[in-house]
Amino acid sequence: MNTPLVSVENVTKSFPVQAGGLWGRSTDLIHAVDGVSLEIEAGQTMGLVGETGCGKSTLARCIARLYDLTSGRVVFDGRDITTLNRRDMREVRRDVQMIFQDPYGSLNPRRRVGSIIGDPFTIQGLGSSKEIKIKVQELMERVGLNPEHYNRFPAEFSGGQRQRIGVARALALRPKFIICDEPVSALDVSIQAQIINLLIDLQDDFGLTYLFITHDLSVVRHVSDRIAVMYLGQVVEVADAEDLFTTTRHPYTRSLLSALPDPDPDIADSQRRIVLVGDLPSPTNPPSGCRFHPRCPKARHDCVVTVPTLEPVLGDGPSHCTACLHPLAVGEDLTLSTPSIEDSEILTAQPALTTPTGGANGGLRSTATRGGESQ
Amino acid sequence: MSGFLPTPEDVEEPDVTQLHEEEHPGHARIEGRSPWLLAWQRLRRDKVAMFSLAVIVLIVLFAIFAPLATTITGHPVNEQYRTTGLTADGLPRGPSGEFWLGTDDLGRDILVRIAYGARVSLLVGVVATALTVVIGVVVGLAAGFLGGIVDTILARLIDVVLSMPFLLVAIALVSITGPSLLVTVLVIGFFSWASVGRIVRGQVLSLREREFVEAARSLGASNGRIMFVDILPNVLAQVIVYASLLIPVVIVVEATLSFLGLGLAPPTADWGGMISESQNYYTTAWWFIAFPGAALLATTLAFNLLGDGVRDAFDPRSDRLIP
Repeated sequence: MNTPLVSVENVTKSFPVQAGGLWGRSTDLIHAVDGVSLEIEAGQTMGLVGETGCGKSTLARCIARLYDLTSGRVVFDGRDITTLNRRDMREVRRDVQMIFQDPYGSLNPRRRVGSIIGDPFTIQGLGSSKEIKIKVQELMERVGLNPEHYNRFPAEFSGGQRQRIGVARALALRPKFIICDEPVSALDVSIQAQIINLLIDLQDDFGLTYLFITHDLSVVRHVSDRIAVMYLGQVVEVADAEDLFTTTRHPYTRSLLSALPDPDPDIADSQRRIVLVGDLPSPTNPPSGCRFHPRCPKARHDCVVTVPTLEPVLGDGPSHCTACLHPLAVGEDLTLSTPSIEDSEILTAQPALTTPTGGANGGLRSTATRGGESQ
Repeated sequence: MSGFLPTPEDVEEPDVTQLHEEEHPGHARIEGRSPWLLAWQRLRRDKVAMFSLAVIVLIVLFAIFAPLATTITGHPVNEQYRTTGLTADGLPRGPSGEFWLGTDDLGRDILVRIAYGARVSLLVGVVATALTVVIGVVVGLAAGFLGGIVDTILARLIDVVLSMPFLLVAIALVSITGPSLLVTVLVIGFFSWASVGRIVRGQVLSLREREFVEAARSLGASNGRIMFVDILPNVLAQVIVYASLLIPVVIVVEATLSFLGLGLAPPTADWGGMISESQNYYTTAWWFIAFPGAALLATTLAFNLLGDGVRDAFDPRSDRLIP
């Protein structure tokens, strides 16, 4: 393996929950991202999937240093950018850009498109206004916009065109690394394809590296070299794209993939959708042991207490890591599994440390366990 | 399964370019229609607002060419015509060929004094409103965008200013410094910025969570740039609407201060002062109060109606009144 372009090491991000009162005392912490490590090699696309609220976007904003990390490290191109100040970070931002989810929200409605795309140059202090205009028009042409529309406002463009504006802005400074935060999920399916193909073209032309965040599995399979699956702030499985689909190891990944419809109706009929029980537990009070255990069809007793580490399962190469104590065998049918733990065993992290004995955990701990127990 | 994605050949995104070029054949330069332009186009269709704008333009011209009133009538603004301008009993004279709008209790020409008074009213109205807006916008931007301790302090400051009794403090201030144009402007500005600040702060609180602010930050923009380049244009419409409705209020407040003797020092022509001086002549000289009062009414009404039009132009869906 080469040295990665981006290396995320044990990154944690917690947000304080403001509890009322005049001075806003903060009591609880939401652990949006909890100990995530990832390596992204130059020229590759790392897909990041997971359901809403699992911390994908928070992780992206941590990597882009829009949020300060609670702990951990982000190394970009051999340089630790975790604690850079604003001025040094501005330099790094030439190489790290972001494309946002909402093409309506991410473009300032009161500014002309030309000045929006020119922003990277003006902020970095590159070029005169004449040079910037030429560069902006080149960029507009490159992403498939009419350069004559330089003086228009975002409201005068369609959703797909707006996302092209977002792509042009991210591309302006010829960055090495672009974080795409659900760049197509707000677009029509037909337009999604155009934007994705544009992104793939640009990657080939400029040797870009992408972190591609989405909850759309078919999109991520199409664009990614590697895919990481997140659940409740943690990466549960990371593998080469095809590998993840063919030899799925983590029960969560499997259930996620089962939600992907097959275009062939014969296969689709024979497919069995794995429906998880319960809701996503609260990240304020994540479950103990393996975070997936309250919803896992294969949960065993040790899942409640032991935290699984992200490592290759026996038989997989070093590039395929899974955080599961009881990974799936190839071809195993998850729908036949039933959890061998009782509801009363499902604990949340904090009380589990005090009294794991006895099945009844009602009364006293009811508030603390609410997140984990809801079925 | 990966073939599910249609290629660009399958789906053509509708090309707005061509539509646009059909509308304007041979038109090379494409100018976007800015929100300001759209608002102006809507405002131009509003007959009441356009009439009000015409009235305001007339009043402004009247004020600018006030010396012309002196030239035409031959009456300087502070000249007291004790023989021709007052009756034998020393009462004001009514409108006549000599004094078109009559005279006041000192035998001065009311028409000329209204013309010069318009200067004061408009000047105070515009300058005090501008001061109000500048302070309010800066405070509101800082409080809303920077948040934290800055917000706590500024938001409390706004509460404090809004809870002060305006007239009492104004009287106290003027009695310390003595009446002057500058003091009037400063007093009005000092008491009005808080509501602008509150409006701007509220807007900024929601705007700063928008993705375009995050986008600017991801490009390395400084706080100052985000506040003034990215956020300010988005609150400006609201501020302009508020300011256009504030001008008439300020004009009335200035007249109120003058009426109470807290405005400009007596010889200066001033609508509020004229109304104040006319108090004892209600029954004998109707023109003394009627014409300055009508000038004040016409000005504030025109500004108010224009302000309503501006508000509707910026937000055509809304009927609600901005406080």
